Amino acid sequence: MDKFQNVSSCPTPLDCANVDTDQIIPKQFLKRIEKTGFGEFLFYDWRFNDNGSIKKDFILNQEKFTKSEILLARDNFGCGSSREHAPWALKDYGFRVIISTSFADIFYNNCFKNGILPIVVSNESLQYLFHSSYEIDNYLLDVNLKESTIKDNNNFSYGFEIDEFRKKCLLEGLDDIALTLVHSKELDQFEKKLKSIK
Amino acid sequence: MKPKTLFEKIWGNHVVYEEEGKPTLLYVELHLVHEVTSPQAFEGLRESKRNVRRADLTFATMDHNVPTINRNTIDDPVSAQQIKTLRDNCSEFGIELFDLSSPYQGIVHVIGPEQGLTRPGMTIVCGDSHTSTHGAFGSLAFGIGTSEVEHVLATQCLWQNKPKTFEVKVNGVRPRGVTAKDIILSIIGKIGTAGATGTVVEYRGDTISSLSMEQRMTICNMSIEAGARAGMIGPDQITFDYLKDKPRIKDLENLDDLFSTWSKLSTDEGAEFDKSITLDATKVAPQVSWGTSPGMVTGITDSIPNPKNEEDPVKRKSIEDALAYMDLEPDTQIQDIKLDTVFIGSCTNSRVEDLIAASKVVKGKRVSSNINAIVVPGSQLVKYEAEKLGLDKIFKEAGFDWRDSGCSMCLGMNPDQLSPGERCASTSNRNFEGRQGKGGRTHLVSPIMAAAAAINGRFVDIRSYDIDFGEY
Ligand code: SF4
Repeated sequence: MDKFQNVSSCPTPLDCANVDTDQIIPKQFLKRIEKTGFGEFLFYDWRFNDNGSIKKDFILNQEKFTKSEILLARDNFGCGSSREHAPWALKDYGFRVIISTSFADIFYNNCFKNGILPIVVSNESLQYLFHSSYEIDNYLLDVNLKESTIKDNNNFSYGFEIDEFRKKCLLEGLDDIALTLVHSKELDQFEKKLKSIK
Repeated sequence: MKPKTLFEKIWGNHVVYEEEGKPTLLYVELHLVHEVTSPQAFEGLRESKRNVRRADLTFATMDHNVPTINRNTIDDPVSAQQIKTLRDNCSEFGIELFDLSSPYQGIVHVIGPEQGLTRPGMTIVCGDSHTSTHGAFGSLAFGIGTSEVEHVLATQCLWQNKPKTFEVKVNGVRPRGVTAKDIILSIIGKIGTAGATGTVVEYRGDTISSLSMEQRMTICNMSIEAGARAGMIGPDQITFDYLKDKPRIKDLENLDDLFSTWSKLSTDEGAEFDKSITLDATKVAPQVSWGTSPGMVTGITDSIPNPKNEEDPVKRKSIEDALAYMDLEPDTQIQDIKLDTVFIGSCTNSRVEDLIAASKVVKGKRVSSNINAIVVPGSQLVKYEAEKLGLDKIFKEAGFDWRDSGCSMCLGMNPDQLSPGERCASTSNRNFEGRQGKGGRTHLVSPIMAAAAAINGRFVDIRSYDIDFGEY
């Protein structure tokens, strides 16, 4: 996995609560057997009309946000299906950071496995970020994982919480499986014990 | 010794390695695999030249893409490719596969228990959020993403942060016509779709202990719809009676020892949960979802909520968006909602007991002329057993389609999909936008509510039927 680098971008404010992974990547695109190329299908039914033309008023399609690398979302983002195609699609589209007041568990976990940083902020801060990204021209938010901070070009600064182990994995781009294999001895012992009690 | 919960016991029995400030390395005893969330995991193994550590603890089936008519001809080349890929991967890595031609093929969460692969005290994972179903047997079962599928294939372990525990107590005798599905929908309605996030739910109380295994599975299945990591129910005599003649269990030599080990798994008297709620089953009505999230649910005699009455602006907008998508007016009576389609199936409600109960409602009646109705058994074995009981005839005579097993219209990855605008009463678990087909509108209900809706062309109160559903 690539190492996570700092991000500086105007966030895209997606104003919906309980966005489920069926919306992030609809089922018709789950049939591919690769990990790549899902970005063009991200939020497919919200981004495109039935005839394939672009829905101009959908937030991701507005010019201000087309190059955004940060997604702002409401409560319980990523609920529903465990499909990792959701973070694959977000990453492939260009999002590196997602900020919300809460995430669904499996989705949250899947983000870290794919070099995406999900950040939990207070309701008040989220409101501020939504407002600023809508209203302010040239609005920029800097995400610094090493320092666990987000700062904007307007004196807003917020220190977010993140599990130290997950932070390290993101920053160093560590491979989980390699980390586990370090514990092969414990694993062999555990399997022996399990066999003896079954 | 400090009293422990069921969850704490199972967790403790599976710790391979732990260290302060790090997640725990947890051993996985059963890994279930299906065609949609596994191809990239196997590809990852090949790329890094790794093998499957415990093919003997890994079982695969194909369910999401499979057609329910003419199952051996898959028209969509991409679906066909995904099915073939699973077949190839299983043969390359030596994994047992319940292939389309197997009499035991079916939805992954139906066949695990049915074969006796799912057992109390186990840790069970699958690249599928409804893995929580298996918790009905007193196992710790949860859904994982594809990276984790690869991780389990390679190491048979997972790094996990310890979740919190959440006790959901349900007490009282269920009114006739109020099923396990109504209980879980009303729990989700009460605590919300993120109400159990970060927790493992244990369902307890006399209502829960009186449920059959099928109904316990329905409850645990939808734990994820409340955001839970997993749902579980302590194993008891009902569990053991269900398991004892299952194919992979019945010939085990140490069966009595196993039962006695399993019977010690239940939560100890006095064990503490991080959180707890209680629900009175006597007050639960048959539930119908009206929106685009499983928490948007209400009783059959109620009406659609009016967003005007919601003060929280985020919630108000959610209701407005949902009603716009569902094409419903605020304050409409649930019983006035007309339907186009009825789907009885999915890992939530497609077991023999579900089909028996639904068949009692349709027996000798005709499906309303405005309705397309289908029954999709959860597995080929369910189908076989239902046919032995003559249920196929009852459904077909009433005008239902009787299909082969698979996920089918629960998510419409196969040809079984709603058309834009079509409105469906469905026994599945998710009413998300487009879940059953682009533009399709889903109302979640129990199998007997779905059956009654098929006959009447709209929702009706199943409690008004004079039918004995027995323990259902
Ligand atoms: S029946 Fe539906 S919920 Fe269950 S595994 Fe299949 S797609 Fe998922």
